[in-house]
Amino acid sequence: MSDAFKIFGNRSEGNHDAGAPAANERHHDGDAAVIRSGHYPLDLAAARAALAQGDGKRFWRSLEELAGTPESEAFLHHEFPNDPEKELPRSNGVARRDILKLMAASAALSGLSACTKLPTEKIVPYVRPPEEIIPGKPLFYATSMPSTNGAMGLVVESHMGRPTKIEGNSEHPGSLGSTDIFAQASVLGLYDPDRSQVVVHEGRISDWAAFFTAIANAPADWQTNKGAGLRILTDATTSPTFAAQMKALLAQFPAAKWYAHEPCGPYNAREGARLAFGRYLNSIYRLDQADVIVAIDSDFLCSGSTSVRYARDFANRRRAENPSAEMNRLYVVETTPTNTGAMADHRLALGSAEIGVFARALAAAIGVSGGGSSSAAPAVVPANWIAALARDLQKHRGTSLIIAGEAQPPAVHALAHAMNQALGNAGKTVMYTDPLEVSPETDGLAELIKEMDAGQVNALVILDSNPVYTGPADLDFTSKFLRVGLRIHLGLYSDETAELCHWHVPEAHFLEAWSDARAYDGTVGIVQPLIAPLYDGKSQHEFIAILAGDNGKSGHDIVRNYWNSQRPAKASDKQFEDFWETTLHDGVMAGTAYPVQAAAANLASAGNAPAAAQDSGSGMLSVVFRPDPTIGDGRHANSGWLQELPKPLTKLTWDNAVMLSPATAEALGVTNGDMVKLSLGGRGVSGPVWIMPGHANSTATLHLGYGRRRSGHVGTGIGFNAYLLRTSGAGWIAGGLKIEKTGDRYLLATTQQHHQIEQNGKKVEEESVNAFERDVLRIGTLEEFRKNPNFASDPQEITTKRTSLYTDYKYEGYAWGMAVDLNSCTGCGACVLACQAENNIAVVGKEEVIAGRDMQWIRVDNYFRGDLDNPESYYQPVMCQQCENAPCEVVCPVGATVHSDEGLNEMIYNRCVGTRYCSNNCPYKVRRFNFKLFSDWTTPSLFGLRNPNVTVRSRGVMEKCTYCVQRINAAKIESEKEDRSVRDGEIVTACEAVCPSRAIIFGNINDKESRVSKLRTQSRNYDLLGELNTRPRTTYLAKLRNPNPEISEA
Amino acid sequence: MPQIFHHSTNLISRLSIYGAAFVAVLAGYVVYALSGSPYVTDVNEAKDQPVPFSHKHHAGELGIDCRYCHTSVETSPFAGLPPTQTCMTCHSQIWTNAAMLEPVRASYRDDKSISWTRVNALPDFVYFNHSIHVAKGIGCTTCHGPIANMPLTWAANTLQMSWCLGCHREPEKYVRPKEYVFSTTYEAPSNQLELGAKLVKEYKIRSLTDCVTCHR
Repeated sequence: MSDAFKIFGNRSEGNHDAGAPAANERHHDGDAAVIRSGHYPLDLAAARAALAQGDGKRFWRSLEELAGTPESEAFLHHEFPNDPEKELPRSNGVARRDILKLMAASAALSGLSACTKLPTEKIVPYVRPPEEIIPGKPLFYATSMPSTNGAMGLVVESHMGRPTKIEGNSEHPGSLGSTDIFAQASVLGLYDPDRSQVVVHEGRISDWAAFFTAIANAPADWQTNKGAGLRILTDATTSPTFAAQMKALLAQFPAAKWYAHEPCGPYNAREGARLAFGRYLNSIYRLDQADVIVAIDSDFLCSGSTSVRYARDFANRRRAENPSAEMNRLYVVETTPTNTGAMADHRLALGSAEIGVFARALAAAIGVSGGGSSSAAPAVVPANWIAALARDLQKHRGTSLIIAGEAQPPAVHALAHAMNQALGNAGKTVMYTDPLEVSPETDGLAELIKEMDAGQVNALVILDSNPVYTGPADLDFTSKFLRVGLRIHLGLYSDETAELCHWHVPEAHFLEAWSDARAYDGTVGIVQPLIAPLYDGKSQHEFIAILAGDNGKSGHDIVRNYWNSQRPAKASDKQFEDFWETTLHDGVMAGTAYPVQAAAANLASAGNAPAAAQDSGSGMLSVVFRPDPTIGDGRHANSGWLQELPKPLTKLTWDNAVMLSPATAEALGVTNGDMVKLSLGGRGVSGPVWIMPGHANSTATLHLGYGRRRSGHVGTGIGFNAYLLRTSGAGWIAGGLKIEKTGDRYLLATTQQHHQIEQNGKKVEEESVNAFERDVLRIGTLEEFRKNPNFASDPQEITTKRTSLYTDYKYEGYAWGMAVDLNSCTGCGACVLACQAENNIAVVGKEEVIAGRDMQWIRVDNYFRGDLDNPESYYQPVMCQQCENAPCEVVCPVGATVHSDEGLNEMIYNRCVGTRYCSNNCPYKVRRFNFKLFSDWTTPSLFGLRNPNVTVRSRGVMEKCTYCVQRINAAKIESEKEDRSVRDGEIVTACEAVCPSRAIIFGNINDKESRVSKLRTQSRNYDLLGELNTRPRTTYLAKLRNPNPEISEA
Repeated sequence: MPQIFHHSTNLISRLSIYGAAFVAVLAGYVVYALSGSPYVTDVNEAKDQPVPFSHKHHAGELGIDCRYCHTSVETSPFAGLPPTQTCMTCHSQIWTNAAMLEPVRASYRDDKSISWTRVNALPDFVYFNHSIHVAKGIGCTTCHGPIANMPLTWAANTLQMSWCLGCHREPEKYVRPKEYVFSTTYEAPSNQLELGAKLVKEYKIRSLTDCVTCHR
């Protein structure tokens, strides 16, 4: 079976499990079958039947769990259901002797290993030491990560000149100290061995000198005809320096043109602003001011770089410290389930076209005039929903907020502006500023293609854009592109576009380059390099300088000179120097946020805007395109961290899928893992089905970014390319999709069923614990919380019986603990990646994920509750709970996991012999085992990435979270040197630091004033599986919802 | 039926049983003795260096403070090895033509680092921190031995875990007053245990034997 299986799933081999056992066949221990996700076709009817039996209060992790498939059972009862030995063919009767042989050999080897001499090492000091570097101590530099929606301010940890870990910059408005997953993964991108390393000319390795000559000769031609025929295509950029450079370049070559192309750019939002205000404006949401929020198909909590700031502001209004606290209320209507939808107090799944109708109906209900032809709500919207929502909004005039998502057509954005204005929110919860982008406001690809088709382009320079892959399917960029006489590409990777260019030149990563970038509110941050370019790449600024005939100019000079030219006339050199140093140090340029513009939405034009595309004909589905939650528009496809990060809600890794609602899947007769052929407007592509509870009916969601043909060893050839169906007219939404089952099956790697904790156990009468209900997740409404603040606490019969055979530990100094507020967690997964970066956690690949061997120390469990069609969704980050009565410690035969006098469950890698008894005994299933040599010990560029303070684990070693003990030790040493105690907040674990919503708090629970102690005293605090008497140090704060009573009663 | 085994077999069998036990114990002892022996640990073995640097001359006879060269010992886990520039502060003035110092001058001239051979090495899974030891009154010579008498540098101790734990369990046996931490001539007084117990209290030294103190 494994022969037919390829790690980087190949479409043509979709029928590998044709011989899979029937769904009702159970496997017992000793059976040779390997149990893997996706082998057993899911029976949706069984899932529905299982749900119908319950009282609707049941939490469920996956459809497979509901249907009771054997693999789901296997994952429930075993932490690692796939015994590695069972994968190998073996003859009968030799197992015992093999064991004896292995025991003898390992006993002999373990004795010998003590005799190995340490290898002779060299110490190579500097000749002239650079200032500030102290060997053994990291340095931190502020920089910014550019992004279309606004840059993220970062503080990057650097060990001896190697950037190793990204943190947020707490002084940066777009970060406030946190980051998203893309910023975390960017450091892996820097060291990616697949990055483009040399100048390539017509497929052969060349050098910069040859490129300079080629450019020097070409502009001679451009000089004479003012650059006619020269076209420059970039992605969207917010860099003021770049804008100034382009302005100068276009002045030098007045007949040249600049186009911008961003496959998932905010073009709809911009066009919506133009419809409403008559000009392009950027919207900034003040979620800290909003009591009632309506998200119309917007994943503002988890998509785009602005989500980091928005998640913080949003979560700050949901802390619910005590029963009298107020909470905001979130309504979400969306097609594809998102994290924002999961956070919603009320959520509706609507088809893409219905959402426009909904927006219109809502606008009419709150009195926005010019609602167009009809103000009737879509049939699927419950009767009093819109009226109740409108009343709630009217009650909160000036403190409500309506957010339209990028995928909605401009008309809906315009309606949202009009509604915000009608509700008095403009200037209160939503601010308007000038657009951030300095590149052309509209997507210029279509026009560029027209020009290329007309033969008006004789040189096309592409900067960091990949139109061959991302271009609309109907415009056929490639064939027209090939007619251009001189094609030049600057990029991090030799990608699909680079392949077709005469010249491909390597670009410097943002951690290697000087630049500048604006945050979501316009605040400028300087992009400061952490390391010299690894592969002699050039930044976009240096590249534009080359085009302008200024080869030798350094990025530093370009950026600094630009800001020098911007200084006030009377500022002295000294003052500028101070300003520059301060800006570099702080990571933000003071006072550069854009001023708020007063803007009045023109309601009439907003209301009369055209409606969204409608479904075309019966039997057809509509399709919505989305950037992939973890690899974006495809530019992050070569990041193993991002590929293996389980996507929110589906928990898929290494693939995209055709997402359908359960009802639609039933109607089509398809189930999880069935390959289907998608046809849209004469184009086709095949992909596997994923049934997504809560998805809108009659609509399929396709995630962009997969099916890369040239991405690198990691990203090439995995998933299917949804761009092949995406046309220029309908960027995000299209009707007329046909889905046909091909009959093939495809293995999807989802972690949804991994590490399941048996919950909702039946009430069991036992002597010790007379009743228990494993409420892994504890949920209440704000109303319930006010009536019974202790609703989340364990019943007294459990708490009073918490005795132990073992003597209690005494914690006289520190006692580390953690609290996770489920009410704030948005499930974004940034903690998973931050942990991976901080702790040198390996990537295992798709096949190993399928086998349940994913290595991430934190997992974000995802639970559903309620019916299949619109369930509630909940998140729960689970890492090692650092139990005081730890079941793992007592079973380790070699003392590799022991208890520290500060309450940590230590994991000592060099002692571990890999018995796996500990993980077998862990009720939380948080231990990870290196079944193979997962860490990369051979690729030189990846050595630079490693955190030098954490051991890189080898094969056969167990590993797990230790609350970032390297950070604890470092802080303790510093405090002891200063003869004081560690201050609260001085130790910040990687997951705590990155969390955009501040859901994770770490500290000393012996200090009653610490933040974590205060959280633990809140009434929502509870232990996970407290009835087991493990006394976890990590506790959870119950989740609250704040539903509108008018809707709940209905 | 004739006797199959001769009477002497009894002796052979006895010998082989006790002998096997003896051999097993002996093998265990050999492994134990070997693992702590200079053959494995290189203790007391001077290492060849690109320049035959003498701590005896610099630290002992000239009395240069340890921190003049090992600058980060009080701030960082790593004590630091001097950059060529540090050597040249003196050797651009004295012994400017000595053949022995040519590699130093070449390094400075060509901007190429000198590649020293590490003398005191720990496995990669051990995270040792110089700064906290120095701050808590553990002297350089406690671990690095009579450095002021080493013409070429050798490791004075095995740096094996049992050796580390000797001090971590009973710090009062080794701690010295902070003002003598960098002294190369300090000798433990006869009342070390008494003084040590006092210093342990004064410096708030805890017996840290949790694994994660050094391993993570």
